Amino acid sequence: MSAAPIVTHAPSIWQRRSTWGWLTRSLVYLVLLAGSALLMVPLAWMISTSLKESVGVFAFPPEWIPQPVAWHNYTDVFTKAPFARFYLNTVIITGTSLVGQVASASLVAFGFARLRFPGRNVLFTILLATLMLPYAVYMVPSYVMFHALGWVDTFLPLIVPNFFGGGAFYIFLLRQFYLRQPRELDDAAKIDGCSFFGIYWRIILPLSLPAIGVVAIFSFLGHWNDFLTPLIYLTSDKNYTLALGITWFKGQYVTDWNLLMAGSVLIMAPCLLVFFLAQRYFIQGIVFTGVKG
Amino acid sequence: MARLITVGAAVGPVVRRRTGRIARAEAIAGYLFILPWLLGFLIFLAGPMLASLYFSFTHYELVKLPTWIGLQNYVNAFQDPLVWQSLKVSAIYSVVVVPLGLLFSFVVALLLNQSVKALSFFRSVYYLPVLIPAAISSVLFGWLFNPQFGLINEALALVHIQGPLWLASTKWALPALMLMNLWGIGGPMLIYLAGFQGIPTDLYEAASIDGAGALRRFRHVTIPMVTPVIFFNLLLGIIGSFQSFTGAYILTAGGPVNATLFYLLYLYQNAFQNFRMGYASALAWILFVIILLLSLLVLRTSRAWVYYEGQLDTK
Repeated sequence: MSAAPIVTHAPSIWQRRSTWGWLTRSLVYLVLLAGSALLMVPLAWMISTSLKESVGVFAFPPEWIPQPVAWHNYTDVFTKAPFARFYLNTVIITGTSLVGQVASASLVAFGFARLRFPGRNVLFTILLATLMLPYAVYMVPSYVMFHALGWVDTFLPLIVPNFFGGGAFYIFLLRQFYLRQPRELDDAAKIDGCSFFGIYWRIILPLSLPAIGVVAIFSFLGHWNDFLTPLIYLTSDKNYTLALGITWFKGQYVTDWNLLMAGSVLIMAPCLLVFFLAQRYFIQGIVFTGVKG
Repeated sequence: MARLITVGAAVGPVVRRRTGRIARAEAIAGYLFILPWLLGFLIFLAGPMLASLYFSFTHYELVKLPTWIGLQNYVNAFQDPLVWQSLKVSAIYSVVVVPLGLLFSFVVALLLNQSVKALSFFRSVYYLPVLIPAAISSVLFGWLFNPQFGLINEALALVHIQGPLWLASTKWALPALMLMNLWGIGGPMLIYLAGFQGIPTDLYEAASIDGAGALRRFRHVTIPMVTPVIFFNLLLGIIGSFQSFTGAYILTAGGPVNATLFYLLYLYQNAFQNFRMGYASALAWILFVIILLLSLLVLRTSRAWVYYEGQLDTK
């Protein structure tokens, strides 16, 4: 988890420099490149379409390089739809949810990882069991509850639950990380008169920033990309998130594929940006949770 | 330092009494630390689940109070042809998408593990689609599958094949959604890759010394060592595919003629379009039981094919 580069140490199939080895080597690259091309075509087409004039969108045979390049699609999105509003809503929901999730998950994880109390193992088993629970099972009664509270069509049902534990998966991930920190640190701090919160705040938390970062990235992507929850709770256009906004947009401008694609690029851009900026931590996080999970 | 000395000087019973008090303080602190989760679990999970169980035995349409009708919702569900249709759609989708996804992601991870150059480039490329919001990839594939002007049918037209209507065709709508799902093989791929890299090198060395070739090392070292990862991906795949929703909601709304009526979509329609909360709760519990049974089934068979030695856990 210390973000060391992953080393490939499986024996390669071309240990010997023979013709046979050279052939398999080329074949491996060929297959990998073909697969990459196949996966990237939809994205390339999305960007290409987003830069076309309405006429060029329906050209046959398909044009990959738009002539002329219609940069104005990216500003048109903001004038033809309350896109700025959707963006702001999504930023508010994602930002506050992220803070709530990171803060509460890291506190709870500390309790489970470093403190002894009766019933800890039972409670942790329950926590792990909730990982398997499909959202669908409590989706309906949650709605009934938030409906009774008068929270439907506000951001509250999307934000508030994140402050209560922040999700079993993140607690699990952080607990695993906290467990790796040497116990002697806690004991030394205790002897120096540090409170339990002090141990968490001054010792464990600063040591766990990479793991906190991983949780923050996952949390960001989770909320930014979420579709079902906003769909259930947000009913008026002005409250829509981007994921809902793009479907609203699709309904309004059925054939304006260039605008739809420009909007889509704008929505996914932050996700890709986060991935490329924090790629190392990100991959480490998945590796960590995947193998441990 | 002075404090250390006093503690050190106080031996025997004093220490024991202090540890008792410390243990109590630690327990109280422990409960305080996990309190947010405990409250959240009770308020937002356990409470709603119990309520959902109760609702599933009632007639409840949100505007009036629920009325008890016993097992009627479950009886209705068994007689509802759309429940069977949606179960069929979800089952077919899972049966195709889960094995194919497992296979493709396994192969890609295996190729990437052959100490290829530009590993991080390929890894990013294959993972990229996973990062894209489901709503966006749905809209994008709606455009790619457009029967008249979509890239797929235009490409087919170049080789003189008349492409199908895709999402508007009862025959091709579900396969189209399957193809869209396979775009996201990067998720399990990354987990496989981690699994491959967790295999200790000495196992391969030992096998080589014993005269095992590349194929036999793969069959007798790689495969057994990654079975826990395959198991993990299989379980995630089943749970995920049975809850597919976004693609069908955005692209087909379950159509044409219910050809893509996924179970969760039908549940959603009942709960949030027709506000049949009681019936939807019953459907949710049926889904829960199905996922639980499938997970248990996978878990039971796993004893026969998953190899546990502890390497992956103790690394």
